[in-house]
Amino acid sequence: MSRVPQIVRGFWVTFSTMFKKPNTENYPEQKDKYPPKPRFHGRHQLNRHPDGLEKCIGCELCAWACPADAILVEGADNTEEERFSPGERYGRVYQINYLRCIFCGLCIEVCPTRALTMTNEFELADQTRESLIFEKQDLLGPLMPNMVAAPHSMVEGTSERDYYQGKISRATDAQIAEVAARAGINANGQV
Amino acid sequence: MTIDNTPVELVTLTIDDIEVQVPKGTLIIRAAEQLGVQVPRFCDHPLLDPVAACRACLVEIEGQAKPQPSCAMTVAEGMKVRTQVSSVMADEAQKGVMEFLLINHPLDCPVCDKGGECPLQNQAMTNGRGESRFDGEKREFEKPINVSDRERCVSCARCTRFADQVAGDPMIALLERGSQQQVGISDDQPFDSYFSGNTIQICPVGALTSAKYRFRSRPFDLVSVPTTCEHCASGCSLRTDIRRGNVMRRLAWDDPQVNEEWNCDKGRFAFPYVQEGRLNQPLVRGEDGLLHPASWTEAIDVAAKGLAAASGATAVLAGGRHTVEDAYAISKFARAVLGTDDVDFRSRPHSTEETQFLSSVVAGSGLGVTYADLEKAAHVVLVAFEPEDESPMIQLRLRKAVRRGRTKVTAITSHVTSGNKKLNATVIATAAGHEVSALSELALDANTIILVGERAASVTGLLTAATKKAKESGAKLAWVPRRAGDRGAVDAGLLPGLLPNGNSLTDSSAREKAADIWNVENNTLPFAAGRDFGAIVHAAVNGELKALLITSVDVEDTQHSASTLQAIENTPFVVSLEIRPSSITELANVVLPVAVVTEKSGTFIDWEGRPRNFGQAIREHNKLTDGRVLAMIADAMDVLLGQQDVAQLRAELAQFAAPTNRVDAPSHGADVPNGLTLSTWNQLIDDGALQEGEPFLAATSRNVIAGLNSKTAAAHSIAEGDLIEISTSLGSITVEAIFVDGAENTVWLPTNSGESKVRTNLGAAHGNIVTIKRGGGQ
Ligand code: SF4
Ligand code: SF4
Ligand code: SF4
Ligand code: SF4
Ligand code: FES
Repeated sequence: MSRVPQIVRGFWVTFSTMFKKPNTENYPEQKDKYPPKPRFHGRHQLNRHPDGLEKCIGCELCAWACPADAILVEGADNTEEERFSPGERYGRVYQINYLRCIFCGLCIEVCPTRALTMTNEFELADQTRESLIFEKQDLLGPLMPNMVAAPHSMVEGTSERDYYQGKISRATDAQIAEVAARAGINANGQV
Repeated sequence: MTIDNTPVELVTLTIDDIEVQVPKGTLIIRAAEQLGVQVPRFCDHPLLDPVAACRACLVEIEGQAKPQPSCAMTVAEGMKVRTQVSSVMADEAQKGVMEFLLINHPLDCPVCDKGGECPLQNQAMTNGRGESRFDGEKREFEKPINVSDRERCVSCARCTRFADQVAGDPMIALLERGSQQQVGISDDQPFDSYFSGNTIQICPVGALTSAKYRFRSRPFDLVSVPTTCEHCASGCSLRTDIRRGNVMRRLAWDDPQVNEEWNCDKGRFAFPYVQEGRLNQPLVRGEDGLLHPASWTEAIDVAAKGLAAASGATAVLAGGRHTVEDAYAISKFARAVLGTDDVDFRSRPHSTEETQFLSSVVAGSGLGVTYADLEKAAHVVLVAFEPEDESPMIQLRLRKAVRRGRTKVTAITSHVTSGNKKLNATVIATAAGHEVSALSELALDANTIILVGERAASVTGLLTAATKKAKESGAKLAWVPRRAGDRGAVDAGLLPGLLPNGNSLTDSSAREKAADIWNVENNTLPFAAGRDFGAIVHAAVNGELKALLITSVDVEDTQHSASTLQAIENTPFVVSLEIRPSSITELANVVLPVAVVTEKSGTFIDWEGRPRNFGQAIREHNKLTDGRVLAMIADAMDVLLGQQDVAQLRAELAQFAAPTNRVDAPSHGADVPNGLTLSTWNQLIDDGALQEGEPFLAATSRNVIAGLNSKTAAAHSIAEGDLIEISTSLGSITVEAIFVDGAENTVWLPTNSGESKVRTNLGAAHGNIVTIKRGGGQ
């Protein structure tokens, strides 16, 4: 082997590689071809109960657990007029700073209500710092069928316990009507 | 720090096989603390009597069959104690108790305000079992009192013991028994206490929480800064918790010499004024007669020009809320820059007798009577002073002393107040204005302390009588002002004729020294003593002044609000340093925003004469102190005072030596009013400007009533519950009459509560003559 000139040995690597299967992934043209694994730690999502009320109770445990100090939460009282979550307390301010987050997932581990989970979404590059601080409205999960957006009352005759025991399956007609009426109020600015 | 030299008897015992010596009477739990052994506890509190209610602190004591509560048992010679550290029995017992406590505990930590700073959470981790064997239904309670979550209560009785022992207010009690035991308030006794916030702080669980702080933060969000309360002269050490530049809450900080571990609800909750409605930019009155936002440079320039032009006819009205450094800066600015001695901090009613009293007895006198002295005194006499309203920590300390049975309290006041009752005080019911003879008749000795309040200034001869009485009997005398900055203002020389640290302006050597320290020519300082607040107002009303510098004065405090406003209106040029827009803003030519206490560092001097330093809690607001603003104005007037930051001012003030020639003590004869008089003082929770924006606090204020003796009422055909009209030549107030156990020929009104705005509506002070009649329409 040592008698083969250096130059031939060098080019042999180049030559043999020409016959190998390429490893290149055509991102972003073909990104669906290699989706992340289901347990990949991507962007967070704030989940909703099946009737659309928010699961987050503003307890700040996620903020406490976060080793990167990426989360800011401020709790507040639910009132009869404006209810965002079952029970007394909800997260009024919710921010995750993706310039800080290291996607460790400790926050979702501690969340006592499973309000916070992580999606597989990883495309989080952007131009400005501000746009990488996600607010509550950016993080809230989409409204699935049979959900109406908070604020609205709990399902008639239920307590927060029923929510945690999974007894709520969808928004009731009364809730849907309530939200519609509220939207009406807002749309034409009258009481 | 006073050192008690009485020898203590020591007891030797072993705890976890380690021998310790502790004073006789020490509780086992405290002895263990000295070894660094933390026995779990809930009900135990060093300032409350032991009850052994929670049983969390069980330890093994050799020779006793069952584990014993270490918080209620005192040490004995040769005792052998084993805590959870060395005894399986104690450890198992503690874990068992913890398991029982958690059976009925909701464990809703995520929505609980105590989460993160909860002794139950912590001790369940350190001294509890990982798992519970309970799988039944937990108890639940309806929630009638908004801020109480009774299912979280561990029945430690800390709140009820505080209410009963420390405050003496029947606000809260343990009701029912067994698992239904719960804290509650009784239906027929109103929840009425100035100290309820303390129960929130000492509750070892989240059963009592603050409506204000509810859900707003977690301990790890908070930056805690040691501060001093700005609301009264008690001088409480408070912990101010800041989140992102905003005050979230204030807690009592442990200071055994002053407030122990307590404070009052005003200090705890009255902080929204820091955030809301603040003045953020200088304002300058333009050609059009309206105030316009201006740059600092422009505003300072206008202020400097205006003040310079008015030279020789300027005066300074200062208010009693300043730190001693700012008060000193104002005192210096008046003399060295404006060349006037017309300067006074007493926006409230005052007298020349008081000026003399403060200059001769109080100014520069340093630490006098202390809280510890109150606790040891055999007899405490309250003269024209209502501790519960005017200096709540004195009330708590006196109650502590009285409960020990060694101290007796006598109050010379118009009627028996709820505060007096809690002190078991002997009340010498005295019509307002007649205090002098009541005081003179008392037989006092050297073990007595006389506390005189700020309203003594309105009773001619009273301060003279108190000084004389103290001298004759050997009793100690202390003046207890109401505002946190009053004592500091006296020491800084914010009084006509008074230089810093008790030096007299008319003493030429003291004046020379001052000129030297201030780096100005001796002849620029005023020679003769100036006018006091009232005289300044009077002169201004008559148009004798060309310029006024006003800082932190509430027009509503002054003897007659309307004349004060008139005075400001009649003065051509007015510079006002303010934290929030007020009625003075409307009349000022230049308005300069300044820092509130939480935004600056400084020192308050409490009623004892004890300096209470504090650091800056909020840095984010970028506000200037009064001292800095005045330095800028001085600069623009070509008088260089330096930066005038807190450190410089403090150092400068310290250069003023104690006076060689003191002002003479007052000698005023009594001048007894002839007729029905007004008795009045400010209630702790009232309509004061710094208490704005706090509805939960306002809700704890007392009912606005006029208190009078039933005979006096009968003489004016007034029945209890009638509306009565109290009037002077300047106006009237109509409120409900309530009969009180007090002197005849006097009627009591709160100074600044609800309809009862004594200064604005009556223009009257304590001891002034008023007329009453039934009426005002039912
Ligand atoms: S994933 Fe980790 S770093 Fe990111 S927010 Fe959650 S706890 Fe913080
Ligand atoms: S997301 Fe979960 S952990 Fe975070 S505040 Fe909301 S409920 Fe608490
Ligand atoms: S009191 Fe303590 S243990 Fe109980 S719910 Fe609140 S934080 Fe949790
Ligand atoms: S007693 Fe006075 S100093 Fe103490 S908290 Fe109350 S108002 Fe503040
Ligand atoms: S701490 Fe000893 S019984 Fe509660």
